[in-house]
Amino acid sequence: MNETLFAILEALPYLLQGALVTIGIVIGAMGLGLIMGVHMAAGQVYGNRAVRRIVGLYVWFFRGVPILVLLFLFYFGLFALIGLNLSAFSASVLVLGMTTAAYQSQIFRGAIQSLPQGQLKAARALGMSDLTAIITVILPQALRLSIPGWSNEYSIILKDSALAFVLGTSEIMARSHFVASRTYHHLPLYMTAGCLYFILTWIGVQALLKLESKVRIPGYTR
Amino acid sequence: MTQGQGPILRVENICKMLGGKKILNSVSLSLNKGELKVLIGPSGAGKSTLLQCINFLIPPDRGQVWLEGTEVQHHRKRDLYALRQQIGMIFQDFNLFDHLNALENVSIALRKVKKMGRSAARERALAQLEQVGLGDKITLYPAELSGGQKQRVSIARALAMDPKIMLLDEPTSALDPELIGEVLSVIRDLARGGMTMILATHQIGFARTLADEVLFMEDGRIIEQGPPAELLAPNARTRSRDFCSKLDELYEENL
Repeated sequence: MNETLFAILEALPYLLQGALVTIGIVIGAMGLGLIMGVHMAAGQVYGNRAVRRIVGLYVWFFRGVPILVLLFLFYFGLFALIGLNLSAFSASVLVLGMTTAAYQSQIFRGAIQSLPQGQLKAARALGMSDLTAIITVILPQALRLSIPGWSNEYSIILKDSALAFVLGTSEIMARSHFVASRTYHHLPLYMTAGCLYFILTWIGVQALLKLESKVRIPGYTR
Repeated sequence: MTQGQGPILRVENICKMLGGKKILNSVSLSLNKGELKVLIGPSGAGKSTLLQCINFLIPPDRGQVWLEGTEVQHHRKRDLYALRQQIGMIFQDFNLFDHLNALENVSIALRKVKKMGRSAARERALAQLEQVGLGDKITLYPAELSGGQKQRVSIARALAMDPKIMLLDEPTSALDPELIGEVLSVIRDLARGGMTMILATHQIGFARTLADEVLFMEDGRIIEQGPPAELLAPNARTRSRDFCSKLDELYEENL
């Protein structure tokens, strides 16, 4: 028992550094997904046929292929093909970011389409261009409505980030595996890894809940 | 046509098909400065579509719109946005921006469209809200306002842009009966202040007292038009008169 505890304590600083890497991957990927997803959603709702088609194809591709396959495909294939020499960390952020962009775009699209159409009409009637109307009227409301779905996506991407281990990114999973295979303390180390993911999920989801109630529109019920 | 002499707004031969049905069938009208024309007619007659074709919220299939003697080139974005700034529009269901309080609802277009500074826009918005009697409600959000208050915010929002014309699309139809009065009184003040307006409404009594002209629409056309005293006179043998007496009966039954 003591030996187990000792193994965990000894590995903990090393694993916590891995947690920082995991946090980096998740923030990078979620941020990239947010920026791409908002544009894709706006394009899919308000764009012309070509734009809608391109976004549709993108979403179809990234939702249709497993992340593990995408990681290998991009890291060992496509990035090299276009002459990009990326670190395992950057490649993980990019692949997870592009994947979550596909999912996030659909969260935002749903939110945009659930808004009453009349507000866009009113904004146009005041002389706003479509772009101004989308930025000042549609997105502030759509993004508020997206927080619960986004929180869901955060918890999924956090756990999917463990897959970055296969590229050799030294995040939580890679480090637990490394220590476990050397010390043969498999059970305690993987349990610690699980706990770290559990805590990170909890912190993120709580923070997003806080954000949700902070930006809530007074008197607004749906 | 010289400015100031001719009508401020002229609409000619507007046609619109929607879903294979002719919603507007070659509608024309003109409006002089300071005039209030009231659009009446059964639901589905095309009143709402007509109003939205005037500022191209619904692009007409055919037809022209002249504002102050200049034909609107609605395919040029810049012209289109300029036109819409000069035409205020009030909707049946208010269409306030739900995430902004009353003051921000009024000031947002001043800042984003007229590019006014934050404090100038705020001042203007405040003055406009006071004019519609909501000076004490400026920090409330749409969800915290009654229907009548919402519609008054939306009128303030349109007026803040200094429009030359106001289009009002059944502004009281979504309101509880006891809230209609406060909105009508704001519209009455506007009419007395000389605002040029087209008002689609079922409030026939109100229309009768304020309108310079009544336009009766049915099946996508204006089939009768004239001063309310003629068109709606008790002994007038007009389609408008029939329609209005039916509305009156209905209203009395509801009372």
